[in-house]
Amino acid sequence: MGKVAVIQYPGSNCDLDALEILRDVAKARTDLVWHKDLEDDDYDAYVLPGGFSYGDYLRAGAIAATSPSLRIVKEAAEGGKPVLGICNGFQILVEAGLLPGAVLRNSRLRFVCTWTNLRVETTRTPFTNRAEKGQVLEMPIAHNEGRYYLDKDQIPDLERNQQIVFRYVSEKSEATEDANPNGSIDNIAGICNQTGNVMGLMPHPERASLQVLSPDDKTDGRVIFDSMMRTLRGPRA
Amino acid sequence: MTPGAYLVEVIVENKPLARDPEGETIHQNLILKGGYNQVTNVRAGKLLRMNVEANSPDEARAIVRKLSDDLRIYNPAAHTIQVRIVG
Repeated sequence: MGKVAVIQYPGSNCDLDALEILRDVAKARTDLVWHKDLEDDDYDAYVLPGGFSYGDYLRAGAIAATSPSLRIVKEAAEGGKPVLGICNGFQILVEAGLLPGAVLRNSRLRFVCTWTNLRVETTRTPFTNRAEKGQVLEMPIAHNEGRYYLDKDQIPDLERNQQIVFRYVSEKSEATEDANPNGSIDNIAGICNQTGNVMGLMPHPERASLQVLSPDDKTDGRVIFDSMMRTLRGPRA
Repeated sequence: MTPGAYLVEVIVENKPLARDPEGETIHQNLILKGGYNQVTNVRAGKLLRMNVEANSPDEARAIVRKLSDDLRIYNPAAHTIQVRIVG
């Protein structure tokens, strides 16, 4: 079975949470790898965790995106391996050009820390293959720069290529303005690359994978890691 | 030619279509409230000021322009930049 790397950048602070969920809940063989120590594509999947790499200086994720570790991640991504970016990890993947667009400061200019409802828009990714299309998952967000942006005229392409993976929705599963916590274009909470193996999202599935961390005992985030495990184990599992 | 020292500024701001809530707030809640109705729009951005050694102002500007593109000082998906010599 595959081996997963959680890549640690200076300022990552959700690395240990991701590590614990991967090891203890998803039962994945997982290493915590300092970004400078990732010299070869020795893993079967990569997770870029949340945090404030390089203090969010210049732009969230912009400096970490120049880390040599991203060359390895790019190589792995081109080889079809699953790559997951959570929160700051999503920002890093966008800044490194592995995912399209930009992640800007929240429209209300505030750090937002709250639980959100996310609608699964596609199950074709290695991180959503155990979810159902249209399913609504509860996961928390905690960020100041989470406003996903892409020129409006490029959104139809993103939609057509099934690159929109999650949208912020209301309890009734509607993508309303009220359900949009940060002003993201089209309520987009998570996207993938064209081939689907690289996914980034602002919400934190690793904070929604244990009952004890959830306000209503739900563990909706687990489906992300369980999907990844299914991918790593192969289609027979 | 002896290289000279130049002061180069990079101004990063959101593209016109990418909303800039900070600029909008400064405009609505400070400038218009303060009675300066002549101001019709405000954009907030980021300013980087770099000391650069180069043989000419054009070369200094070209160096900064190149590094801004190479190192992604801005994200072209959402931002525009201006590079200008100020000293």
